[in-house]
Amino acid sequence: MMRDQKLWTWHLAAGIVILVFLGMHMTIMHLNAVIALKGLNPAGGHPIDWANVVSRARSGFFMVTYVILLGAALFHGLYGLRNILFELDPARWLKRTISAVLLVGGLALFVVGTWAAVVARSL
Amino acid sequence: MTKPNFTEVNYRIRRFDPERDKAPHWETYRVPFAAGMTVLEGLWKVKELHSPTLAWRSSCRMGVCGSCGMLINGKPRLACNTQIAELESDTVVVAPLPNFDIVRDLVPELKPMFANHQELKPYVIRDDVQEREHPTNEFYQSAHELEQYLQFTYCIKCGCCMAACPTFATDPLYSGPMPLGQAQRYNSDTRDGGFKERKLVLVSEAGPWRCHYAGECSRVCPKGVDPAKAIQLMKRELVFDYLRLRKTKCPAKVAEKPTEVKRREGIPDAPPRTV
Repeated sequence: MMRDQKLWTWHLAAGIVILVFLGMHMTIMHLNAVIALKGLNPAGGHPIDWANVVSRARSGFFMVTYVILLGAALFHGLYGLRNILFELDPARWLKRTISAVLLVGGLALFVVGTWAAVVARSL
Repeated sequence: MTKPNFTEVNYRIRRFDPERDKAPHWETYRVPFAAGMTVLEGLWKVKELHSPTLAWRSSCRMGVCGSCGMLINGKPRLACNTQIAELESDTVVVAPLPNFDIVRDLVPELKPMFANHQELKPYVIRDDVQEREHPTNEFYQSAHELEQYLQFTYCIKCGCCMAACPTFATDPLYSGPMPLGQAQRYNSDTRDGGFKERKLVLVSEAGPWRCHYAGECSRVCPKGVDPAKAIQLMKRELVFDYLRLRKTKCPAKVAEKPTEVKRREGIPDAPPRTV
């Protein structure tokens, strides 16, 4: 009954999580010349240099943030896509199909992304 | 608004008679123009001079009853509240409100709007039915509490906001700005205790969740109501409710009659009841 109230609240919460973690990602990736982030880029140079990428991938902190950001972005984006598709007034059965496809697709992407983040620790 | 320099005006009107026409079509009429003339007055001229069968709804002629909402030069407006001069064109294009079926000519079928409105219980709901139906005194409400919903009470249910709403245009489950705005009007009224009853509808797809905040409803409202704001406030209330952070207050109590106040001299008694 309270499906949309619940989903929309989580949509908002996911947006806030994205704001924080994507902000952190942008800061690390693009503001390294402005802010001293030596601990995050131990090899120096550019943040996407291989040594720096590996260093972050091995970090438990980054693994957790990657997984949280992935989950929040997937939920936020796919729920938004579901809303857009529902506005085209599909039949009830098609709505159920859209919801199921997005749910399964989102979960699959989350599992693959989480696996990648975990495996990357052993690089 | 510049002073028009024409003496006649073209009325391009979308006509549709379900008993005769397969689809709506456009017809043009030329009527004399006078300073201060409203679109509604022009429609009466068309009916009088050219087409007695032209149909539309109107009543009060002063922007109060909400009957004459129609699409005028591409924007939903009240015909009685729109002067031809403000359109800054010698052609007035009139069509029925979009997003509704057409009963005939400029008459939209507003039943779906009022069904959604009724579904959201747009009236004060209280447990003390006896007091509500047979009040012994006023329910207490401060000026600040009144301001929380006052602007939403100015809604005249003309349907202009529904005609302008891009979400209502495509999603038949969405209640639309007018019913949602009115639900918020009662939800934010401190005398009301019906949030739980309205919530049964609001938490579903009929609720405010599909609103993208396009803001067209507020832009076209002839009474200056801001339904888009009501919908955002409602979303906030419902999110707080889901997170169990919504402050639940008992409906305002009956104000006690002042006991130590003397009636000023010279004020006559109220006349006796007639009914």
